Amino acid sequence: MTAAVFFGCAFIAFGPAFSLFIFTIAKDPLRVIILIAGAFFWLVSLLLSSLVWFIAMKATNAQDLNLQKGLLIFGCMFSVILQEVFRFGYYRLLRKANEGLAAISEEESSPISVREMAYVAGLGFGIMSGAFSMINTLSDSLGPGTVGMFGDSQYYFITSALMTLALTLLHTFWGVVFFDGCERKRWWVIVAVLCLHLVVSGLSLLNPLYVGSVPPVYVIMLLMAVWAFFSSGGSLHNLSLLWTCRKSNAETSS
Amino acid sequence: MNTSDSEEDSYNERTALVASEIPFVPSYQDQAQPTDMEPKRRHPVAPEQPVEPPILDRSAVEREPVIQDDEEELTLKYGAKHVIMLFVPVTLCMVVVVATIKSVSFYTEKNGQQLIYTPFTEDTDTVGERLLNSVLNTIIMISVIVFMTIFLVVLYKYRCYKFIHGWLILSSLMLLFWFSFMYLGEVFKTYNVAMDYPTVAMIIWNFGAVGMICIHWKGPLQLQQAYLIVISALMALVFIKYLPEWSAWVILGAISIYDLVAVLSPKGPLRMLVETAQERNEPIFPALIYSSAMIWMVGMANPARNADRASQDTDEEGYQGESDALARDRAEPETQVSPGMNRSYSTEEELDEEDRGVKLGLGDFIFYSVLVGKAAATGGDWNTTLACFVAILIGLCLTLLLLAIFKKALPALPISITFGLVFYFSTDNLVRPFMDNLAAHQFYI
Repeated sequence: MTAAVFFGCAFIAFGPAFSLFIFTIAKDPLRVIILIAGAFFWLVSLLLSSLVWFIAMKATNAQDLNLQKGLLIFGCMFSVILQEVFRFGYYRLLRKANEGLAAISEEESSPISVREMAYVAGLGFGIMSGAFSMINTLSDSLGPGTVGMFGDSQYYFITSALMTLALTLLHTFWGVVFFDGCERKRWWVIVAVLCLHLVVSGLSLLNPLYVGSVPPVYVIMLLMAVWAFFSSGGSLHNLSLLWTCRKSNAETSS
Repeated sequence: MNTSDSEEDSYNERTALVASEIPFVPSYQDQAQPTDMEPKRRHPVAPEQPVEPPILDRSAVEREPVIQDDEEELTLKYGAKHVIMLFVPVTLCMVVVVATIKSVSFYTEKNGQQLIYTPFTEDTDTVGERLLNSVLNTIIMISVIVFMTIFLVVLYKYRCYKFIHGWLILSSLMLLFWFSFMYLGEVFKTYNVAMDYPTVAMIIWNFGAVGMICIHWKGPLQLQQAYLIVISALMALVFIKYLPEWSAWVILGAISIYDLVAVLSPKGPLRMLVETAQERNEPIFPALIYSSAMIWMVGMANPARNADRASQDTDEEGYQGESDALARDRAEPETQVSPGMNRSYSTEEELDEEDRGVKLGLGDFIFYSVLVGKAAATGGDWNTTLACFVAILIGLCLTLLLLAIFKKALPALPISITFGLVFYFSTDNLVRPFMDNLAAHQFYI
């Protein structure tokens, strides 16, 4: 497979996340730390869910393919649930840390707001999730091979990249919405995020019927983008201010 | 080839002594007293009392007790900055090692040659024998390290400075010339680049000479940092190549335990070394520590000495000045290094944010990179490498946090290496099949 595929898929999958990192996170050390800690939390959740799957897999008959596929789907769903649990755990940890930071700081307020932390934490989850999904595929795409030689889809790489991008951004939006819901004690938000995550993961089960998985996931992503925008303090007024390039007191940027 | 003793020496210095280097970071929390300064080695200095001048002072200038809110705010603000100042070089070193491992196959080829410190082969018939051999290798390696450390401490105690300096210079010479020549040769072989000896000689000569000057004498800070990262990466690559598989993992585990013991126990060699250095008010060893601080003037105890050695290596000066500044939570304004200038410590009004820096021993760089490099070398799975990388960074973050809480010398290896090992084995055995299966079906979680 060619270098064009490699670079194209790499930029599709990681371009937005990378630019978000460069422009909004790299300059602030505290955000970088929160990002990496978010990635770590996602990693731990993945570890635990793989452990569960591995035990289930070893405990059952390896020859029964349907059972193994069913176990894999179960592992998928369990992993989604565990990721959301760890997102909640990370929220609690960040809140505690935020209180500590605020107590020490002399301005009586923490150097970083919960909304910023929500965004960064979501991005951390997203980057790690995307990296784990895509990096091996990308490195394989540099090597020799023929895509779809055994009747599989030809669009494997590009759809992987597109799904990875969607998931990275979705994690970011879910982070924002989730933390906001926790802050305002709206528990239905948390349940909604969990359900949406399950839906997205479930849609990916339709692969390789890409028509059934990629467009709906992108629709969900756009809806989540709108939800996250409004829940993080955006409004149509802000948007109109942005587009007419007028500054106002209430305009928030991050 | 069997590596020579001086390589092992350099390894020992860099890892045994430096491995438990604590990056010096001001307190995150509301600890009012300034943290102690960090010598290159671990600094088991007693925490200072808030209102007394610290006992182990590295400079003759008196410390003023400082308890101020803005100090705390400053330490907090710069706590995160220090963590990033360490993340970047550690990441760079790991990136260099992983890139080399993945592209230059020389460092993953095993052709039966081993270090003389790991004489037992792992080409055995049974698993039990292999395990036994790797444990024996580890015991020998750790004993060598312990012996070298004690030897160094004894030399230091009896003021054999010339011997120590000679030893250090010899080991950096070896790294900068011989190992980089080997590395360059292998890179050329991998990419099939035709090269002639005179060009290589000129490249290596320039590289090595500038490196020696930068590390042992003076040079731009970033160049010095780059050289330290490069030699750590080279050393890590040598370890990855010459340590047998299982021995490498057991050695990594054993050396973090050794690190823990040597730093925290009262009779630990490194602790004694650091205390001796503090009593004498002098820096320990140059060129074995990565310093991220800006260069500034040194306010040394002995002005004459400072003028004499005005052209000392940046590291030493920077380290001294930095550690002093850090110790007093007073930052000096960033200035150019100019020989002969002597600044005494002033009051807190001269706080300048940019001056605080952190130091991390090269041994820590080396072992972090060995862990990540081995994760990249075995199996070829990028997920494992990435997981180890994140684990090590988080371990480093936690170590710095603990340092800020306890304000005591802490080893930098144990937490990171433990996380790294746990994540390596679990990702390799549990996560990899899971993710491979998911990727095969294109399921996304």
